[in-house]
Amino acid sequence: MTNLAKLRSLLNWKWGALIAALLAISAVSVASSEPESSSGRTPKPTIEAGKGEKCVEDTDYMRRNHMKLLMHQRDDTMHKGIRTKKYSLQNCIECHASKKNNSVLGSNENFCQSCHSYAAVKIDCFECHATKPKATVNAAGFFHPIIPPSSEGDVKVNDSHGLSFSMRQQMRGSVVDKNIAGASK
Amino acid sequence: MSDVNQSRREFLGKTAAATAGLAIAPGVMLIDMAHGRAPEDAASSSVRWGMLVDSNQCKPGCNDCVTGCNKENGLSGGTSETDSQWIRKVELKDLRSGITASLPMMCQHCAEPPCVDVCPTGASFKRADGIVLVDKHICIGCRYCVMACPYKARSFVHEELTDQNPDVPRGKGVVESCTMCVHRIDKGQNTACADACSAAGHNAIIFGDLNDPNSEIAKRVATYATKQVRADLGLNPGVRYQGI
Repeated sequence: MTNLAKLRSLLNWKWGALIAALLAISAVSVASSEPESSSGRTPKPTIEAGKGEKCVEDTDYMRRNHMKLLMHQRDDTMHKGIRTKKYSLQNCIECHASKKNNSVLGSNENFCQSCHSYAAVKIDCFECHATKPKATVNAAGFFHPIIPPSSEGDVKVNDSHGLSFSMRQQMRGSVVDKNIAGASK
Repeated sequence: MSDVNQSRREFLGKTAAATAGLAIAPGVMLIDMAHGRAPEDAASSSVRWGMLVDSNQCKPGCNDCVTGCNKENGLSGGTSETDSQWIRKVELKDLRSGITASLPMMCQHCAEPPCVDVCPTGASFKRADGIVLVDKHICIGCRYCVMACPYKARSFVHEELTDQNPDVPRGKGVVESCTMCVHRIDKGQNTACADACSAAGHNAIIFGDLNDPNSEIAKRVATYATKQVRADLGLNPGVRYQGI
């Protein structure tokens, strides 16, 4: 009997030590992964870095205020003809156009689209403004600024009414069936 | 020929070349100063940009200014009612005498623009240096200005556009017209139509500062009889015509 009790207490102690060790390891691993939150549970936009070394302002400032800078520059350029490069949209695009498709739009990794789709904020700029830097605007072929090219996007946006092709086919089929049924009566 | 004479000739030749260089260099500088300004400087009201079209030089059937404009500004070149046309070639004929004239017609960049008067949002405006523009960020596409313009210079963009020139943003739902190539002028270049015309060898379009008495356009306007189209309206257009 005493032997068994001794064994049990030994086992308990061992289990306790094992659990403690596991806890300690997991705590350490959580603590070490804390600074890089990209591997956490929260999805974050993947942003392709710009071509230049650093932006015209700090990243934090630009994230909050780039729209104000652009708006101010826009009015200065349009109405007064001030064409300084620093805060101009052309200058942004010059640096931030993707190396893949030479544009700031196109996929959720392209600079402007990545954050704007993540934050669900519509960009109006590119309904009029070019999405590509100046020199290569006509060299890299046709690219629609609003609708991403179908080769890159896996979802077809051209389908009308937000319905898939097969759904519309089914609906059309049922309508035809009803019509035929009505005619035969 | 003796050696002395040879060296004398060389010396004279070099001196002449150097003098010519000195004489030209300040002139080049002056043109640069008058034409382009620093990017951080605002457009000045001491300048009045304008164009002079010499109808005598303008060749009937030649369309180079139109194609030059279309290429520069990314226009389709179509001439249907829903296509944007910033510049049109017009052939005139006096029925009594039979005399014909050919000329390009575009936004006349009036000093008193009626398009600016009627604009309900302030999108249609005149820049300090006399260029009449549409701020497409503010334009709501009501097209009052299209109706108000006596020169039929404005177009409405009916369809979505792609592949714009980075210097010339254009888009659906707003009014647009000749910008006098404002993006080129700010860099100190000529308008695209004037460049295309001189490239074709006609030199019928001269671009320049009407306020600068030393500019070619101001000298021509001061020397020859030029006309403003529909001068009776008192709009004082910045585009003038010679030989009509």
